[in-house]
Amino acid sequence: MSSPLHLAQAEPGPAFRVTLDGREIEALPGQTVAAALWTAGVTSWRTTRDAGRPRGVFCGIGVCFDCLVTVNDRPNQRACLLPLHPGDVIRTQEGTGHDD
Amino acid sequence: MTDRPHLAVLGAGPAGLAATAAAASHGVRVTLLDAATRAGGQFYRQPAAELRARRPQALHHQWRTWERLRDGLRAYVTVGAVRHLTDHHVWCVERRPSGGLTVHALLGPEQEDPVEMRADAVVLATGGYEKVLPFPGWTLPGVVTAGGAQAMLKGTLALSGRTAVVAGTGPLLLPVATGLAAAGVEVPALVESADPKAFVHRTRALAAQPGKVAEGARYAAQLLRHRVRLLARHTVVEAHGTDRVEAVTVAALDADGRVRPGTSRRIPCDTLAVGHGMLPHTDLAETLGCRLDGTDVHVDDEQRTDVPGVWAAGETTGIGGAALSLAEGHIAGRSAAARLHGTEPDPRAWAAAAKSRTRLREFFAALGTVYAPPAHWTEQITDDTVVCRCEEVTGGTVREAVAELGAGDVRTVKLLTRAGMGWCQGRVCGPAVAGLTGCGLTPSRRPFARPVPLGVLARAGEHEDQ
Repeated sequence: MSSPLHLAQAEPGPAFRVTLDGREIEALPGQTVAAALWTAGVTSWRTTRDAGRPRGVFCGIGVCFDCLVTVNDRPNQRACLLPLHPGDVIRTQEGTGHDD
Repeated sequence: MTDRPHLAVLGAGPAGLAATAAAASHGVRVTLLDAATRAGGQFYRQPAAELRARRPQALHHQWRTWERLRDGLRAYVTVGAVRHLTDHHVWCVERRPSGGLTVHALLGPEQEDPVEMRADAVVLATGGYEKVLPFPGWTLPGVVTAGGAQAMLKGTLALSGRTAVVAGTGPLLLPVATGLAAAGVEVPALVESADPKAFVHRTRALAAQPGKVAEGARYAAQLLRHRVRLLARHTVVEAHGTDRVEAVTVAALDADGRVRPGTSRRIPCDTLAVGHGMLPHTDLAETLGCRLDGTDVHVDDEQRTDVPGVWAAGETTGIGGAALSLAEGHIAGRSAAARLHGTEPDPRAWAAAAKSRTRLREFFAALGTVYAPPAHWTEQITDDTVVCRCEEVTGGTVREAVAELGAGDVRTVKLLTRAGMGWCQGRVCGPAVAGLTGCGLTPSRRPFARPVPLGVLARAGEHEDQ
């Protein structure tokens, strides 16, 4: 089965571990938060402020702010832009991402 | 060195790279600022360096053009003629009372630390972004913009699922569908609302671009090879799912652009890549006070805006694709170089670029009449469909503001409903709100091109990096 990594003959360095809501997932060097979560089969990591509905990537280029996520206790970061580092702690962002 | 004129080029896509090369080769010191970590823009978006992709061209078209742009930039950077600043998110350009301009940027990916830079002139090559018109279920995770699916694929080699329906209208859908299929995604349907017969009426403008016709034929062959079914004159009526998209309902359109009753069918999928054309990024131009024609930055034959010292090239002056961006960028760079040296430019120096600019503008004007959302697309927005994704404002709320509170423009709807007041500042919902309001999409006059920390704003102008 073909995959983008295979198609582009990517040979990234070894995968590293990050966590999503306490669960360990693997990420590749160079992957954004959104890319690692998609690869782990996760498509939503925020719930909206009013209706509490799930959201994930929409525009993929930093314009729409739908993919906001909390990383290392900092809320409202765009998952499609933010590169991951070993040990990063990703949390699903509820509402504004602030305790209120 | 420092007394050479200094040009800031904003955006490292095809237009910005062409402008950079043209200006640098004519004795101008160029600083190229771009938000991404690697040059290329959206069209030539490169995989992150750490992914060490040995064959990124497998995800791209017109790779040889990219190699020429990339190698040119590298050569100018090596000899010190160009500075390429990556991860610089420009939020404002202002004219200095004493002449010249100041470029304000935030350093990414955190976008908290500011940097300021003076320039004698700027080229705005800020590109465009995708327009998506709402329908029930479009906020479900797994529903992404067509360009977003492609950006995630090209930039991070990531996919959101295994089965993707590609839908909407416009020339972008073809490379998105074939690109996803080549990357191993099953693409059961490409749902295009345009009528293929409309192309027949446009044969003169299309035939003037034999290269583009051949490109279309190549895509058609790839669709066949990957068994992607083309559903022309069709539209997505609804995306289904609870926590993510599980299927879409598509239906045929009648001659008036309305959904034909009894034609709907359900297609299971875990991804819907959808787009209805492109819009130019014009925030920086608007803040500078540049004249806009509709949604496009107005430029003259030299790609000059009506603000002294400010040129614009590429999608920001009107959507027209990578080849047109290259031509416009080249002309902008040549013109800026000549004028920064105090000489009147000779348009004969860029005659070839001007000729291809004329042809490509005609071609895209013809395409624009063929590719169009269904005429009655607003009828697909039910009253409980979220229209403003940030503020969760529904179609019903917008309609109430229009029908019962008398709102007649996007700004009044925003003040009454909060539609367009959220993080994206109406970039996503703007076309839909305009459609529901029954008015045209007008520039929104945002003061800044992106969110700026208050502390940065307070200190702006105190210190400047030369």
